[in-house]
Amino acid sequence: MEHIVIIGNGISGVTAARHIRKLSDKRITIISAETEYFFSRTALMYIYMGHMKFEHTQPYENWFWEKNRIELKKGFVTHINDASKELVFANGETMQYDKLIIATGSKPNKFGWPGQDLEGVMGMYHKQDLETLEKFAPNNKVCKRAVIVGGGLIGIELAEMLQSRDIPVTFLVRESSFWNGVLPAGESAMINEHIREHHIDLRLGVNLQEIKADEHGKVKSIIIKETGEEIACDVVGLTAGVSPNVDFLKESNIELGRGVKVNRKLETNVKDIYAIGDCAEQQEAIGNRRPIEAVWYTGRMMGETVAQTICGNPKEYNPGHWFNSAKFLDIEYQTYGWVFGERGRPEYEQHFHWKHPKEHLCITIAFHKETHEFLGINTFGIRMRHHAFDKWLTEKRSVEYVLEHLADANFDPEFYKLHEKDIVAQFNQEHHTNIQLKKRSWKRIFQFS
Amino acid sequence: MKAIQHIGLSLFLAGLAIFTILPFIGSYELSTEKLDEVVQNKGIKSELFVKNLQESTVGKEFSTPFTFSSNIVSAIEDANETHKANQEWDKVIWDKKHSFSYEIAKDIGAGPVREHKGLFWFLTFGLGIIGALLFIIPQLYLKPIPGIKNNGIWHSAATNRGWIGWFVFLFLVGFYILLYFYPDYIVNWTYIVDPISQSISGNMASQWFLYGFLYCIVTVVMGIRMYIKYRHNKYQILRTTSVLFFQIAFAFLIPEIMVSLEMPWYDFKNAFPLDYDFFFEWNLKTLANSGFIGIFILVWGTVLTIVVVPVMVYFFGKRWYCSWVCGCGGLAETLGDPYRHLSDKSLRAWQIERWLIHGVLVFAILMTGMTLYAYFTGADVVLGIKTQLVKDTYGFLIGSIFAGVIGTGFYPIFGNRVWCRFGCPLAAYLGLVQRFKSKFRITTNGGQCISCGNCSTYCEQGIDVRAYAQKGQNIVRSSCVGCGICSAVCPRGVLKLENGPDDGATRHEIPEVMLGNDVNLFEMLEENR
Repeated sequence: MEHIVIIGNGISGVTAARHIRKLSDKRITIISAETEYFFSRTALMYIYMGHMKFEHTQPYENWFWEKNRIELKKGFVTHINDASKELVFANGETMQYDKLIIATGSKPNKFGWPGQDLEGVMGMYHKQDLETLEKFAPNNKVCKRAVIVGGGLIGIELAEMLQSRDIPVTFLVRESSFWNGVLPAGESAMINEHIREHHIDLRLGVNLQEIKADEHGKVKSIIIKETGEEIACDVVGLTAGVSPNVDFLKESNIELGRGVKVNRKLETNVKDIYAIGDCAEQQEAIGNRRPIEAVWYTGRMMGETVAQTICGNPKEYNPGHWFNSAKFLDIEYQTYGWVFGERGRPEYEQHFHWKHPKEHLCITIAFHKETHEFLGINTFGIRMRHHAFDKWLTEKRSVEYVLEHLADANFDPEFYKLHEKDIVAQFNQEHHTNIQLKKRSWKRIFQFS
Repeated sequence: MKAIQHIGLSLFLAGLAIFTILPFIGSYELSTEKLDEVVQNKGIKSELFVKNLQESTVGKEFSTPFTFSSNIVSAIEDANETHKANQEWDKVIWDKKHSFSYEIAKDIGAGPVREHKGLFWFLTFGLGIIGALLFIIPQLYLKPIPGIKNNGIWHSAATNRGWIGWFVFLFLVGFYILLYFYPDYIVNWTYIVDPISQSISGNMASQWFLYGFLYCIVTVVMGIRMYIKYRHNKYQILRTTSVLFFQIAFAFLIPEIMVSLEMPWYDFKNAFPLDYDFFFEWNLKTLANSGFIGIFILVWGTVLTIVVVPVMVYFFGKRWYCSWVCGCGGLAETLGDPYRHLSDKSLRAWQIERWLIHGVLVFAILMTGMTLYAYFTGADVVLGIKTQLVKDTYGFLIGSIFAGVIGTGFYPIFGNRVWCRFGCPLAAYLGLVQRFKSKFRITTNGGQCISCGNCSTYCEQGIDVRAYAQKGQNIVRSSCVGCGICSAVCPRGVLKLENGPDDGATRHEIPEVMLGNDVNLFEMLEENR
C-alpha cells in the first residue's frame, strides 16, 4: 500500500490527509514535532485569554485519527533522503515514504535585532510560544509591561491577549498607520483609534533598535530607533510577519526560494514530493496573490488540491476569489475580492468608503474607474455573505448592481440595525447616481450557493 | 469600580448566608388546640396518629424544624403501618408526609422571621439583589467597549469547575432537595415572601410561590447581567427581554392572579409534555370543575401542543420556545449563562443525549396514554401496572430529580442546559420537528471558518458547531435552541441564525467544494445539477 507521509499537522497537512482518506485507502502518516494532535493555530490566543482550553482548539476528538486510519507520529524531521525516499528524525529514527507532503508552515520573522534571542522575547505562532508567554507574562505583577514589535494581525492579537490580563502594552508599528500596507487609509485610521481606545500604547512609524538584557540574561527594556527612547518591559513579542519554516530542507535536493518552490500542481522539483500551505512558494504568483500565502484558507485549499493530485486526479491549485477575515480587538473584518491599501493599488482601482458617524462600522468598495466593475469589498463591524460576493465577482457585476443588492449580502445577526440605506444614499450623493436599494430576497440569496 | 464590586459581592454573600441560616431560626410548638384543628380540617380518623403526636410533640418547643418534622413524619409512618396491617384504609393518612408537616409548621412557626417578614426579606432577598447588582453593573464601566467578553472564564474557579463551582453545585442541589422533598424545613423562607404572595393572590406563600418569586428575581438580576454582557447584540437583548417577560407575566403573575380570582393556577405558555401532569386525572377534574376558564385552558393546552408548537417550530425553529419563552430556558439563559461552556461536546455525549431525551419523551407519552385511558375508563391499572405508580415515578425521577436537582443543580458542573438537552420531552418533540420540517438553520458563511472552536465551546447544548462550520455545512440539529451565542462569539462572522426556505439542499447538505477553492469546479457542479 502506498505510504503518504505529511510533515506538519496544521490545517494544510490535516486537510490533505482527510481528503486523501476520503478519496483512497492509502496509508497516511502525519508527523509533527509541535503537538500530538491537530489544533487550530488561530485559536491559540483564546487559550491565554481564558476563552477556551487547549482541548477546545482541537477540531477532532482524539479517536478520530485511528478511526480514519491516519497515523500520527511525534518527531522532528532533520533530513530528507529523496533517493531512498527516507526521512531521518532528530533522534536518529527513519521512516520510508512513497509520497511526501511538506506542510511545515511558518516561523516568526527575526530581523537580526540585538537581543532578539533573550529570555522573555518570543513570537506568537507555536504552542510552545504560548507556554513561554504563560511563563513570562502570567499576570501584571510578573510582567509590568510588554512591548510588541510589528503591526500585523498577530501583533494585534498578542496585544489583545496581554490586555486580557491587564498587562500594559506598548505596540511598535513601523508603518505610519496600522496595517496600512493592506488597508485603505480610512479603515487603518479607525483601527488606530480603536487600539488606543483600548489603552494600548500604539507607537506609529517607529522601529526597534535593540532589546536590552538584565544581569540574568532576561529582557529588561527596548530602545526605539527613531527617538532613542528606552521602554522598560518584561516581555517582547516579535510579530513582524512570518516566513516559511524550511530550514531543515537546506541540505536536501528540494529547490527553495523563501519557501519550497512549487508548480501549480504543488509539486516540488523532486518527484513525489509536494509542498502546501504557508511553506509553499508558487513559482509564479497567481493573479493578485502573493507567491507565498500564509493564510488559513489558502492552506486548506492547497490541502484539498494536493489530495486530488495524489489520488490520481491531477489538479492545479486554483484558488477562487480572494477572501480573508480577521478581528481587531472588538472589530470584525471581512474582505472579498481585492481592495488595495495605498501600497500597490492599481491606477484603475477606485474606492467608495462609508463610515458610520459614531460606531466602529465601515466599508470600502473597490471598483474599476472606467468600467465600474466591482473588484472587492472590505467590511468592518458588518458581516457579509461570502456566497454573495463570490458570485458577484464571478459574474463581474458592476458596483451599482452590488449596491442595489447589498441587503442580500448582509450576514449580521437578526434584528441588527442595517446600514445599507445609508451606504447607498452616500454613494448616490457622491456619484450622482440613483441606485435604489432592493429589499432582501430569499430567492436571490438561495441562488448564491 | 472594583471596590464597588467587592462591596457588592460581600453584600450578596451576606444575604446568601442569612438566607442559608434562616431555617435554623425560630421555634415550633404544637398546642393541643392546634392539633385538634388539624385533625378536624384534614379529616383525620387515626387516633393512633393523634396519640403519637400528643406524646412526642404537643406542648414541647422545638428550636429547629428538623426534629419537629421528624416527629410528625414518624407519627404518620407509625400510624399508617399499623392501619395498613389492620386494613383500616380509611384511617391511613395518604398525604405526602413532608407536605403535611409543612402545613402544620407553616401555621405554628414562631420567632423573629415570622414576626419581621419585611426585615428578613431585606436581609436576604434585598441584600442579595443589591449586592448582585453592585457586582454586575460596574462591568459597564470596567469594560466600556462593547464586544464579546469571555476573558478568564476558564481561569476562574467559579466557571471552570473549580472549588467555587462545586460549592455552588452543592448549594443548588441542597436547595432543590429541600424545595421538592422537605418543604417543612424551609417554612421560614416562605414567611419572608408571605406579604408579596398576599398582595397578589391573597394567600400565604407556599414553597412553590417562594420558588416562583425567587425564579423571577434571579432571572431579572442575571438578565441585567446578560443585557450588559451582550449589549452590542440586539438578538440577545430582545431574547433576554422575551424570556423575562414570559417568566414574570406568564409563569408568575398571571397564575397567581387567576388563583385570587378563584380560577385554577395555570401557566399559559407551559406546554405539554413539559407540563407533564396536564392530562392527569386530577388536573382534568379541576379544569372540568372550573367552568369556562377550565374548558378554555383545556382547549388551549391541547391546541398549544398539537398546533401552535409545531407550526411555530416550522417557521422559526424550536428557539421560539426554548430560548424566547420557556421558563427553564429563561433560567438557563440568565443564571446559567456563565456556565454554558461546560456542556460536553463529545460524540459520546451526543449519543447519550439522543437515547435519554427521546426515552423521556416516550415515557411521557406512554404515561399520558395510560392516565387518559384510566380517566375515561375509570380503571386504575393499565396493562397490569398501576397508573399512580407510573405517574409517581415520572414525577419523582423526571419532574423533580432530572428537571430540578440535576437540571439546575448541575449548572456549574455540566453546563446550563442539562435538562433541556438530555431530559425535556417537549424539547425532544420540538427537536424532531426542527430537524425534519423547519425553515430554521444556522447558516455557515462559505469558507470563512478558521476552526477556532469558540462556537462549539460556548454551545450550551453541546453541539459541535465547528464540525459543521469548517465543512461549509449549515447547522441543522434537533437540539439547537437558537440561543445565538455561537454566532455572537464567532470572531470571523461565520454563523447566522436564519429562517430560510425549507429546501433540503440549501438547508443542510454538505457542499462538495468549500467556497473559495476553484471557481471552475463550482461551474462544473452547476452544470451537473
